[in-house]
Amino acid sequence: MDARDSIESPAMTETNPDPQTSPQAGATAGPAISVATKSPAAGLRGRRDVGTVELQGLHAYYGSNHAVRGVDLGFAADQVTAIIGPSGCGKSTMVRCINRMHEEIDGARAEGHVLLDGLDLYDSRIDIVAVRRAVGMVFQKPNPFPTMSVFDNVVSGLRLSGASRSEMDDRGREALIGAGLWDEVKDRLKGPGVGLSGGQQQRLCIARALAVEPEVLLMDEPCSALDPVATLKIEELIGELKQRVTIVIVTHNMQQAARVADTTVFMLDGELVEVGPTDKLFTTPDDERTEQYVTGKFG
Amino acid sequence: MSANPHALLLDRGNLKRRNRFNRLVSGVSTIAAILAVAVLAIVVGSVFLKGVSALSWHFLTAPTALFGESGGGISNAIIGSAIIVGIAAVIAIPIGILVAIYTTEFAPASIAHPVRFVLDILNGVPTIITGIFVYGLIVVPQGHPSGFAASIALAIVMLPIVARTAQEVLTLVPSTLKEGAHALGIAPWRTTVRITIPTAAGGLLTGALLAVARVAGETAPILLLDFIFTQGVQTDPGQGLASIPYFIFQSSESPKPEAHTEAWAAALVLIAFVLALNVVARSFHARSRKRMGA
Repeated sequence: MDARDSIESPAMTETNPDPQTSPQAGATAGPAISVATKSPAAGLRGRRDVGTVELQGLHAYYGSNHAVRGVDLGFAADQVTAIIGPSGCGKSTMVRCINRMHEEIDGARAEGHVLLDGLDLYDSRIDIVAVRRAVGMVFQKPNPFPTMSVFDNVVSGLRLSGASRSEMDDRGREALIGAGLWDEVKDRLKGPGVGLSGGQQQRLCIARALAVEPEVLLMDEPCSALDPVATLKIEELIGELKQRVTIVIVTHNMQQAARVADTTVFMLDGELVEVGPTDKLFTTPDDERTEQYVTGKFG
Repeated sequence: MSANPHALLLDRGNLKRRNRFNRLVSGVSTIAAILAVAVLAIVVGSVFLKGVSALSWHFLTAPTALFGESGGGISNAIIGSAIIVGIAAVIAIPIGILVAIYTTEFAPASIAHPVRFVLDILNGVPTIITGIFVYGLIVVPQGHPSGFAASIALAIVMLPIVARTAQEVLTLVPSTLKEGAHALGIAPWRTTVRITIPTAAGGLLTGALLAVARVAGETAPILLLDFIFTQGVQTDPGQGLASIPYFIFQSSESPKPEAHTEAWAAALVLIAFVLALNVVARSFHARSRKRMGA
């Protein structure tokens, strides 16, 4: 509790990420949890009209395999959007097109437009490396850098794009607090990043992504390699983070989507089948295929 | 009683024979393994037994005696070998690692495969051919043998070893790490320098040390390229330098039995060095594997 006091600014209230004292997790939109808010003086990061994403006519291919077929979809700025669908439906592929990681694969390509606050990330003048700083990503299996300490891992995105020492220290600490990990690692910041438990490693990766201060955070099945306790902590974290970053989470776990997401998207065979408020999608979906999937008729 | 539904599980009469055959094959493979280990033990053991009597502090610190007399030492040979192998290492290790980085990180498959193939061929070229090649390249224009010519030949021998081990280690770095770095907005070359290489560092060091161990005793290039040198401790690689393989060769040709013992002693020094390097190299490799598996 006292570590956080030292970095609080007058206009900021910090969340308490400690699961014992925070309100019961599992609420989808979480109005009962106190959330971090920044005063407008903190700059662009405080305004929540940044971080809107819009996909227009997105197609993605692996060689000749047409994995994403013409998706038009918008992600609102202050919400968590979950993408659900059976294995191989193209949800991970679609999400990887948002931060342009899809095209890193040999033979893969994408067509269409991805607009971040109106700016097309697929424009030929765009710096692809900078895109990843605006749109961060957390992967299914935690991947902390083994040669770096906990703290060096968190600031690696900053250090390796040139930032001052003090800036790195501040942002690193904020990121660890924001990821709910500060209390657990503050005494072993210099210890190896890979020495943490699986759930801690994943939160470390989340902190690492947050330190770069992206507008959007993509999460590709972030909890599927974790035990239920760690999963719960991260789901709570998602509820807190959505005020800072737009969150898009791919999950094969429908119950998780029901727990964390405001909006849910159902994909099938590379196509967008239905999108809507989570409650509606799971109780009274419009499309018959959606209904069959969420009731478990196929998986 | 009707036919037993599990009749297939019963021994059809050849179980004993199959078990015997199993044991035979296991036994033969075990013997082969023991033989392989025994060979090394015998070689090291006999070198030790035959050479230890000539081994002394004087032997290690005094230069070779004049005019083929015995009673000298191998200090000039040790220093000469160190200089020759050192120069070869300084040339081959950076180039080898850079080649490996190129083929694993940046080259398309259509270039990476041929390069690997060529390196494998280079690895198989007999060192005497490499020696002749460097003879024509350096010794002929220079007009005299030199330690430097030997270094070049040894560097050519080392290059494919360093490159191949480096390639293997770099491919072992999980692609999830590189993916994670790219997803943070870290430029590809920076990812290679600050994340991929440090993660593979233990293995890269291993490859370098193993390559050094391999060429420390390469004799053919020495015999062709560095066979005339002045007495006493010399350090100028532009001229001929004494070396341990040459000392062994020369002393073993002497009619005097003391010289033979000295040859064994020098061989013992050489093999001790190679063994020590191998042990150190393997320990780095183990550390690197642990890091990447963690």
